[in-house]
Amino acid sequence: MRRAVIVGANACGASAASVLRDEGFDGDIVLIGEEPYPPYERPPLSKEYLRGEQTLDRSYMRPLDWYAEQNIDARFGTRATDIDTGSKLLTLDGGEEIAYDSLLIATGIRNRPLDVPGADLPGVLGLRTAADADRIRELAATATRVTVVGMGFIGAEVAASLREMGVEVTVVEFFETALFRVLGAELGGVIEEIHREHGVDMRFGEGVEAFVGDDRVRSVVTSSGASIECDFAVVGVGTVPNSELAQAAGLACDDGILVDASLRTTAPDVLAGGDVANHDHPRFGRVRVEHFDNAVKMGATAARNMLGAEEVFDDVHWFWSDQYDANLQMAGFAPTFDEVVIRGSLGDRAGFSVFYLKGGAVAQVFGLNRPRDVRRAMPLIKVGVHADPIALADEATDLRTLGA
Amino acid sequence: MAEFTAIGRAGEVPDGEMKVFEIDGYAVAVANVGGTLYAFQDECTHQTCSLGEGDVEGNAVVCLCHNAEFDIRSGEPLSGPATMPVPVYEVREENGELQVAI
Repeated sequence: MRRAVIVGANACGASAASVLRDEGFDGDIVLIGEEPYPPYERPPLSKEYLRGEQTLDRSYMRPLDWYAEQNIDARFGTRATDIDTGSKLLTLDGGEEIAYDSLLIATGIRNRPLDVPGADLPGVLGLRTAADADRIRELAATATRVTVVGMGFIGAEVAASLREMGVEVTVVEFFETALFRVLGAELGGVIEEIHREHGVDMRFGEGVEAFVGDDRVRSVVTSSGASIECDFAVVGVGTVPNSELAQAAGLACDDGILVDASLRTTAPDVLAGGDVANHDHPRFGRVRVEHFDNAVKMGATAARNMLGAEEVFDDVHWFWSDQYDANLQMAGFAPTFDEVVIRGSLGDRAGFSVFYLKGGAVAQVFGLNRPRDVRRAMPLIKVGVHADPIALADEATDLRTLGA
Repeated sequence: MAEFTAIGRAGEVPDGEMKVFEIDGYAVAVANVGGTLYAFQDECTHQTCSLGEGDVEGNAVVCLCHNAEFDIRSGEPLSGPATMPVPVYEVREENGELQVAI
């Protein structure tokens, strides 16, 4: 291989570029990204960066100088418009064509818009990029009350940050509790309670009918007919994978770009990674996840496979969320499970952890302020260790001893 | 050349464990891996969590807040969200004291 091209200057793309060089690849690396910045971590956008506690350069995946030092042809502020998988050519928005020997597509996801009247009013915002976070921070500085639509991770973290910034927050959430789709009713209820303790007004089981305003949004009308006044609104109601470029090039797509266990798409020498990749995971089956850590690790595996390795991506999908003083972590994947084991008590704010067993094997772990339990359960999940529920529940058990 | 400063007693950090010490308001973590001592800045370069409250896995210290991993010998980031190394220090046990060179 002489030239590796990466579409997506983000966590996955930066990781891939970095690992290509770490592995000794001295050919051309072209890194293309739509945003004007070098690749940066998105997790702080709803937390430290949003609250103005840290600058964007602190979140850069690599320092700005690094790309030149590593002889990486970085094209920030550039969009890829076409892939010709037959002649292995990528076209950029200015019309330039770049030949590739190996191509990694890491085009990520975008926010799903709410299809209701007024959704295009000024002040109805989403959060995906640093520019989005800048806009929210700017408006929050003079805002009194904000409505957050959706209480998934983005909504929950934005709500927490806005409360810490002294803004009144009302949440409108379609499901019955916070983080319902990921955590379920019981654990979601614990997170809901934490937000209530911090003064968030939450309206569950309610959709949004319309955003109402004039030169900007003034209120949110819910499905029960309530009208909630706001200075601005933040919408976090799901995402859409940016798979159009791949789809137009004829790559198989279905909720993202379909990749095999080794991150290969259906086109020769084209891989995909990060949030846009719908991956055939060796342990979890076909799944697409939207986690920072997964994007970084997929980038690393993709890079090695671009160089001819046959590495299967078998990471256990770990992610975290920080809300107020609560650190939430989860690893594994268990859409269905047979048994739930709780270590500690769900009512204990100091922390507890929850293990999900499927066919006797540890398949997923959740920890509230229990990062050690999550970390130590990850090797158990990776190989599907059959653990004794009594031992799992026992605080005295060192989880590292269960894998032996 | 930094001078060694006593921060504790020899044997204070048992095998397989980490402990955090303070020197003039600066927190230093000391890890004992199979009888070899390592000292490094306690504060993670990612989001300021305590590395000493983390886990040691082989030659890596893991910050449990967000799973940043550093090489315990060099301080270089190995995995996870951290990109900056943590400072590492020489550490020894002498005259019944635990000493680090800062």
